[in-house]
Amino acid sequence: MEETAAKPRRSGGGGRQCCICHERRPALKRPKTLEQIATFLLRLHEKSCCINRSTEMLALKICRECFYAVFEEEIHQVIVENQLFKPGERIGIGASGGKDSTVLAYVLSELNKRHNYGLDLFLLSVDEGITGYRDDSLETVKRNEVQYGLPLKIVSYKDLYGWTMDEIVKMIGLKNNCTFCGVFRRQALDRGAALLKVDKLATGHNADDIAETVLLNILRGDIASLNHVFTYAYFKKLDYFSTECIYSPNAYRGFAREFIKDLERIRPRAILDIIKSGEDFRIATSTKMPEQGTCERCGYISSQKWCKACVLLEGLNRGMPKLGIGRSRGLNSNQMKTDKPTSRTKSIESKQCGSLDF
Amino acid sequence: MACNGSACQSGCYKKGDELAAPEEGGAAAASNSNSNSSSNGSGNNLCVKCKVKEPFTVAGGGGGEDGRFCAECFRSNLFGKFRHAVTSNAMIGPTDNVLVAFSGGPASRVALQFVHELQYKAQKNFDASRDRSLPVFGVGVAFVDESAAHLPSSDKAMDQAIEDVKSLVLELSPPAKELHHFPIESICSGDSSDQREKLKEVLNAVTDATGKEDFLVHLRMLALQKIASENGYTRVVLGSCTSRIACHVISATVKGRGYSLPADIQYVDARWEAPVVLPLHDCLAQELNMLCHLDGLKTIELPYEPQSTINSLISSFVALLQEENPSRESTIVRTAGKLTPFAFNRIPEINDTNVPLATRRRQKRSSLKLNGSISSESFCPMCYSPLIQSKVQALDTPEASKTNSYIFGSSCCSSCRFQILPQDPLCMEHFYSHLPPPLVARASSGNAHDIRSLREHIQDYLLLDSDNEQ
Repeated sequence: MEETAAKPRRSGGGGRQCCICHERRPALKRPKTLEQIATFLLRLHEKSCCINRSTEMLALKICRECFYAVFEEEIHQVIVENQLFKPGERIGIGASGGKDSTVLAYVLSELNKRHNYGLDLFLLSVDEGITGYRDDSLETVKRNEVQYGLPLKIVSYKDLYGWTMDEIVKMIGLKNNCTFCGVFRRQALDRGAALLKVDKLATGHNADDIAETVLLNILRGDIASLNHVFTYAYFKKLDYFSTECIYSPNAYRGFAREFIKDLERIRPRAILDIIKSGEDFRIATSTKMPEQGTCERCGYISSQKWCKACVLLEGLNRGMPKLGIGRSRGLNSNQMKTDKPTSRTKSIESKQCGSLDF
Repeated sequence: MACNGSACQSGCYKKGDELAAPEEGGAAAASNSNSNSSSNGSGNNLCVKCKVKEPFTVAGGGGGEDGRFCAECFRSNLFGKFRHAVTSNAMIGPTDNVLVAFSGGPASRVALQFVHELQYKAQKNFDASRDRSLPVFGVGVAFVDESAAHLPSSDKAMDQAIEDVKSLVLELSPPAKELHHFPIESICSGDSSDQREKLKEVLNAVTDATGKEDFLVHLRMLALQKIASENGYTRVVLGSCTSRIACHVISATVKGRGYSLPADIQYVDARWEAPVVLPLHDCLAQELNMLCHLDGLKTIELPYEPQSTINSLISSFVALLQEENPSRESTIVRTAGKLTPFAFNRIPEINDTNVPLATRRRQKRSSLKLNGSISSESFCPMCYSPLIQSKVQALDTPEASKTNSYIFGSSCCSSCRFQILPQDPLCMEHFYSHLPPPLVARASSGNAHDIRSLREHIQDYLLLDSDNEQ
């Protein structure tokens, strides 16, 4: 195990106070993303910096207010440096009701006011129709609508497709349910976004999610989707926590998650290093996405004759749950034979619940 | 995740082995897809390749390979993968002098064995041929002794291990092979006690356990290159197998080395004076273990304590995944194989007329999609990984304070800067002053490689007599 670095020298006395403001009492010790905070503080306080460049800054203590300030400022920097938004844009915030999207909604609306981004913000939520899981979180989102004053739109699988996830699982079991949910959710969000006429969609995916996705794509053989993992806005996370969908006890993703947890314990910055690696991967441009046409059945974007959701729906409606699952099956079978792992269709197939590519 | 036939997307071992088997082992691959047995060599089962003998089993289960091949076919399948890698990447030519890096472990043992068998056959052909036109390549064995880095003082177990290595190499003749027992501290400057001192100093300066382990790997490569250049070897053979490469893919990703990753995982790495080749690239650790077991190939265990590092975490992780799905390691390597390699990931073209035309032709044919850009890479002096040009740091401090150690540190990649280099400037000075000369020389020589790679790119356009084929 690593040795800890020497304690940093301080400009003021004993280290009892918040390291930033030196006034208030510290409320937090060792937040997970120490390295980012350290780097950020370095930028802020070049001279009077009480930090040495090692990441194992166990003695760093911040008070709550400074913590908020640091966190919000960090997100603002990400937005500004990457030019994520333009004034006047309508932005949909993917809101699950979970911790990440709640934080996202709050912070975005705060920063929008504070820094005058000039954005029109909306909350967009997807109701998959999973009793006991989604009901609770939707209540949270409805509260967010009131608390932050952001208009909310809920799109439900029932409305869009005529099926809830509960009904789907009842029909097809627990094996490929994540495939259905993933495909449907993506379309649902897109359709919701279209209904709201938003220009961009912001999600609360955090560094850990992205790192996990990068890793899983390598393990699965999916290099092409590494490209569009990084086209989403991402926000750094502070507490590692996640609510698993009740339908996905999945040993495979479990391994990856355990591994990332262990990794983070040994070297916290590894999560960000994974993302950096993903960004730097030398992927030939030929492995990018295929041509985009439209689905004959519903008009949604599709690289095949029918979009994936329609294929799956057809299967459900006809009582053929395997339609669209597996290779060289279903209506698009001729096209599917020429599918390379690069095609979006196939990469969606192999996606599991909770992956970035909804 | 349970494999369930056609619905399974994971590319489970049935398909995985198809992809792993080389063209020459095509019979095995074809019969794989026909056989649907997952049983363990009971009764009716015949070897999937020769369909004559019974498959061998390993007590307690050997995983994917168990109960499919008979011993003969298993061995020839494995050797087939090795030979395919060697020929299609022009790894070993008749005029080459090959240095096999031997660690004592099963993979490098098999590498040594297979290279020996290749050489033995070549020697037999040479003896039998009338015109003796094709010379036989030479083989030497390098054993880099890292005991100074791991053990406090001289160790009986270590001494015994070294004796075992010596006798092992003696047995691998004819043709006879020279053994180079190289204590790793020898790459440092000074006399032997100076060297040990310097090595200890420099290792102690690295506080991160993973960084220390990786640093030792870089020193090991330096040692191998030194042996090669001092003894006229033209190739370095490593026993790196699919499993090891899979771990490297994950560890490089996790250390933020995604850009340089493809450089390390190809069949050929010609960044070095003596290009490094990986003939066991397509063999799984499990297969290599099994072969050692089957053929009684002696391996030598070294008395080092295992360290708890990111690398060991990753090994366990990959082993766990492999257990759950026997094609996982291959999938990882295949995925990473889709990343664009570098120009140095192939054997440099030979224009020496002494080298047979057939060999030169074979080289030209080896189709590896490379990054065609002529712009040269710059390299991290510590780990020799290619650096992203746009991220090569500008030195923004005043000229006067740019000490050599500062310059060295700034030209390293961010991963080495984080996990290897000491943070404190004074510690860094101390560290730098004890670094082995070859490492230090790299920082200044910088572009020696670039000129070579540049020449390579314009090779086809140069008018040389030797290129006129009749």
